[in-house]
Amino acid sequence: MDRVSKILRSQFTFAVIAIFIGFLVAALVLGATGYNPLEVYSILFKGMFSKPRYIMNIIIKASPIILTGISFAFALRVGLFNIGVEGQYIVGTIAAAVVGILFDFPSYIQFPLVLLAGTLAGGLYGAISGLLKAKRGIHEVITGIMFNWIAFYAGNYIVNLERFHEPGTTTTYQINASGLDPIYNWKMSEAGLEVIRNNEFIREVIGKTSANIGIIIAIIVALTIHFILKNTTIGYELRAVGMNKHASEAAGINVAKNTIQTFLIAGAIAGLSGALSITGVSHRLFELMAQENYGFNGLSVALMAGGSPIGCIFAGLLFAGLTYGGGTIQLEIGAPSEIIDILIGTIVFCMALVSLIPLIINKINQRGGKKDVK
Amino acid sequence: MLSKLLLLISNTVMYSTPLAFGALGGLISEKSGVTNIGLEGMMTIGAATGVSAAYLSGSPWVGFLCAGIAGALMALLHAVASISFRADQSVSGIAINLLGAGASLFLVRIVFGSLNTPPVPKKLPRIFSDSSVLGAFSRLNFEVTAVIAFILMLVIWFIFAKTKWGLRISSVGEHPRVADSLGLNVYKIRYICVITSGFLAGLGGASMTLSILSNFVPTAISGHGFIALTAVIFGKWKPVGVYLSCLFFGLAQALVIQLGGGSLLSSQIVAMLPYVLTVIVLVVFVGRSVGPKASGVPYEK
Amino acid sequence: MRIQEDYAVQMRGITKRFGTFTALDSVDIDIKRGTIHSILGENGAGKTTLMSILYGLLNADEGEIYINGKKVDVKNPNVAIEHGIGMVHQHFMLVENFTIAQNIILGMEETKGFGVIDIDKANKKILDIIEKYGLEVDPNAVIEEVSVGMQQKVEIIKALYRGADILILDEPTAVLTPQEIEELLNIMHKLVDDGKTVIIITHKLKEIKQSAEKCTILRRGKYIDTVDVANVSEEELANLMVGRAVNLVVDKSPAKFGDVVFEIDDLYVKNEKDLYAVKGLNLKIRRGEILGIAGVDGNGQKELVEAITNLRPTDKGEIKINGKEIQNTSPKNVIENKVATIHEDRQKVGLVLDFTVAENVILESFNKPEYSKRGIILKDKAVKKAKELIKKFDIRPDDCENLPVKGLSGGNQQKVIIARELENNPDLLIAVQPTRGLDVGAIEYIHKTLVQERDKGKAILLISFELDEIMNLSDTIAVIYDGAIVDTFEQGTIDERTIGLLMAGGKVNG
Repeated sequence: MDRVSKILRSQFTFAVIAIFIGFLVAALVLGATGYNPLEVYSILFKGMFSKPRYIMNIIIKASPIILTGISFAFALRVGLFNIGVEGQYIVGTIAAAVVGILFDFPSYIQFPLVLLAGTLAGGLYGAISGLLKAKRGIHEVITGIMFNWIAFYAGNYIVNLERFHEPGTTTTYQINASGLDPIYNWKMSEAGLEVIRNNEFIREVIGKTSANIGIIIAIIVALTIHFILKNTTIGYELRAVGMNKHASEAAGINVAKNTIQTFLIAGAIAGLSGALSITGVSHRLFELMAQENYGFNGLSVALMAGGSPIGCIFAGLLFAGLTYGGGTIQLEIGAPSEIIDILIGTIVFCMALVSLIPLIINKINQRGGKKDVK
Repeated sequence: MLSKLLLLISNTVMYSTPLAFGALGGLISEKSGVTNIGLEGMMTIGAATGVSAAYLSGSPWVGFLCAGIAGALMALLHAVASISFRADQSVSGIAINLLGAGASLFLVRIVFGSLNTPPVPKKLPRIFSDSSVLGAFSRLNFEVTAVIAFILMLVIWFIFAKTKWGLRISSVGEHPRVADSLGLNVYKIRYICVITSGFLAGLGGASMTLSILSNFVPTAISGHGFIALTAVIFGKWKPVGVYLSCLFFGLAQALVIQLGGGSLLSSQIVAMLPYVLTVIVLVVFVGRSVGPKASGVPYEK
Repeated sequence: MRIQEDYAVQMRGITKRFGTFTALDSVDIDIKRGTIHSILGENGAGKTTLMSILYGLLNADEGEIYINGKKVDVKNPNVAIEHGIGMVHQHFMLVENFTIAQNIILGMEETKGFGVIDIDKANKKILDIIEKYGLEVDPNAVIEEVSVGMQQKVEIIKALYRGADILILDEPTAVLTPQEIEELLNIMHKLVDDGKTVIIITHKLKEIKQSAEKCTILRRGKYIDTVDVANVSEEELANLMVGRAVNLVVDKSPAKFGDVVFEIDDLYVKNEKDLYAVKGLNLKIRRGEILGIAGVDGNGQKELVEAITNLRPTDKGEIKINGKEIQNTSPKNVIENKVATIHEDRQKVGLVLDFTVAENVILESFNKPEYSKRGIILKDKAVKKAKELIKKFDIRPDDCENLPVKGLSGGNQQKVIIARELENNPDLLIAVQPTRGLDVGAIEYIHKTLVQERDKGKAILLISFELDEIMNLSDTIAVIYDGAIVDTFEQGTIDERTIGLLMAGGKVNG
């Protein structure tokens, strides 16, 4: 136990170091291009924290990437590189939008149904990658990349179908109100409007934002995945396969089933993320010009979190905060907001380097104690 | 009919060129045992640097060269992480993609003040300055970059098939310990290959912006690096195969342009086809393709 | 001894540390030119480390190396190669999908300019060497398609191609048949006749007696002695190696055979290349019997084990345990039918190295009610079982239940596997190369355990490439060649030479 906490603590330490280096590198780049990094950072933080509404917006932005981050991190723990998370997310949005538009049940059925549709679609979509990997040995990175584009064009295809396309726009119709986020529906109800009129704080953080239940679901998913990996037989199996496929197989664990299962779960989480974006924020499916990067940003989040599902919550908030606050620096002093991409890229790069330190320490210890030195 | 066919050929070659640069770069890196998921970022930085340097210097060739250097610098980061630090190569590659995209947009914003740049004064040339010398076949006046990519494929084929350098690179990618035991410097060879890979990816990015588009837009490189990565596997780690895979993806894109929006098939479906086809081909024909044995595995002396 | 020119190699005060572990402690060695010199020691004694330093693969922390009387700083293999040192590693250093010629010339290619390889010139040079020393190989064959004995010849040619005058052979006979060993000894003598120096690292006493003039003994990183081989007996060498009197044969009472537990009937199994690796194999093992399969690596042993454990499908034939067919089911089904396996590669197939000892102990049983309830792992129960097994099997360190198993020594890792496998109370125990890479203490322990389990009435299938191990442990010896059992003998009715002949595909008259 003591050891585990030590590792966690050190992982956390590494993350802090990586974040620090990220800020440092970004400051150097800013300095070199004639901006005062301190000024930029103070504006950045003001853009993140100066109003409760900003914080709520960050939370809203963070929810989907926390989920895609967990999706990626979960597969990573099983030794699989779920680069297809982007496509699974998109498929989730498609299924949610389609079901949300086609059906109109009472909202206590409709809302869960829309989420379920996205979750299932994402899961099944992911499972195809798992199936191809398990049965045909095709690398998941390749199928993932292909499936991302297939999902992308499939989404645009759906948007342009007559049944869904709202004339004069580049989007589908809005999904039926019964399928929208409960917070949104409350806000639009008489009672909700009443509260928002009278309470300035609520008006600020809910009235003026797309506040939704995404973050709550994201936290529940993070805790659940953490629990599953740590305490259950399923998690034990998944970790065993992730660390040593051959030994697991020899010990009677069905590796192919595990691979498919992992992709099913990872895809489901990504799909859920997509569905929540539809119910909570966009309410409709947009025609995309380029990948929206919810999935790819999830990759960064997971890597910043060092592969920990709970860590994804914090990494997701950090990621969302930086990108959200980054918009203001462009507006206020004209410093390129892309500095945030450099900052985050540096953090991930550092995580790639520092996550190795414990391994190196282990290696040294191991060598020291090993008897049969070759 | 003929003119349509010629247009198709011309577009196929055009769209496959950036992919070919990237994929041949990826091939070299993989052959030496380093997976390069960061191709996308390296191509992006090449696309941005190429336009910036061409704009500032007035010469597209200066831009082209600078693009290669920028890609090589990105690759250097990947090499340091994955060879010296023995970091997870996929994670490092993802970081390179983030950094490449961020640095590109940052650079463009600094140089041009906006993310969509004005056109460069001069694009990279075509083979003949005047297409009419080809008469009815004027469509086949390819971009010079396409010729460079083709020659590059031949050179790389030659290196791997005939020379000691190819043998050495392959040995490092297959079994680095053997190479080490024979006095070859595994790290040095891998560094050279990864940096070369970045250089080529940078050229690929610039061939998109300096030869096809003439300016930089944030979506100039969107997924090309990943397609290039796929082409390496699709082509079974063989230079000719990799090049043909790029032509296949180029053909698909050319078809989208030519058939796009037709009554028969929605342009979205046409655009989707190459990816679906790739998966089907992998499932039916290729299956478990075997790359260099040590690819993706850091070497520890 | 002084530094002299007629000594090919002299090493002085060589010390090498890995972290806090001292692998070599001020070791001296003198090797006379034109002789066969053997280095003897247990696994972990430091013999390979010492030779890796001579070859420049490792760098010593202290000490000096003299080659032909001149001090040389062997920074890397390039320096060693320049000074005429060649090394044939125990695990061959060959690129599997390269041809023999490509492997030989790698790093020292003949070129026609522009780096273009001159394959004709290279082939001629290779053929010269082949002819001179009788090292018959086909330069155009691909490594993965040739036999182990052939691969070893390639390694020797590779060293000679690089102009080696001093040839280091690391455990060269471990995987060879007696006949191949004889051939190798002949080659070694030809090399020495040609003025070359051969250093052979081994723990096989018999071969030292057959070949070497001098023998240097190392024990736990320390220099013990250098002796004239002609003047010492095998027992004396063994005692010097281990530092105490060793029992060279395994103590065991005569076997009491029971009913047939395990049976293989006309089995066909394909390998990765879709070729039959096992073809028409038959086998029967009774309770209380250790059946040892003697054979050269690559004759279908791997595929046989994978077929029995269901890691590989079979094409034809039956595998029966207690009369029940188990082929083409699942690894889980095989385990549930009381088959336990000690796999050859313990780190890759036997253990999850990043898991703790406790987690590894329940690897096959975590789904059973003892260790999980409604899908939740009962960690306390696993730890308790681990503690119990650590004590029973004397696994060190004795409080390792919550430590990652990768921190344990090879011998203790193997004990974890044996503990786990025996926990299931198997009817059949398959042991594949169970003592590979272990020190004498661990080897003795494992041999003793196997005999004990036999005496408890279990059937044991032992697969080993070390003929000595097979001869020492087995009650019945089955010889495998080219995917089939060519003959089966009761212990004591057959000599090693005959088995060697069969292992190499020969026929026994009468």
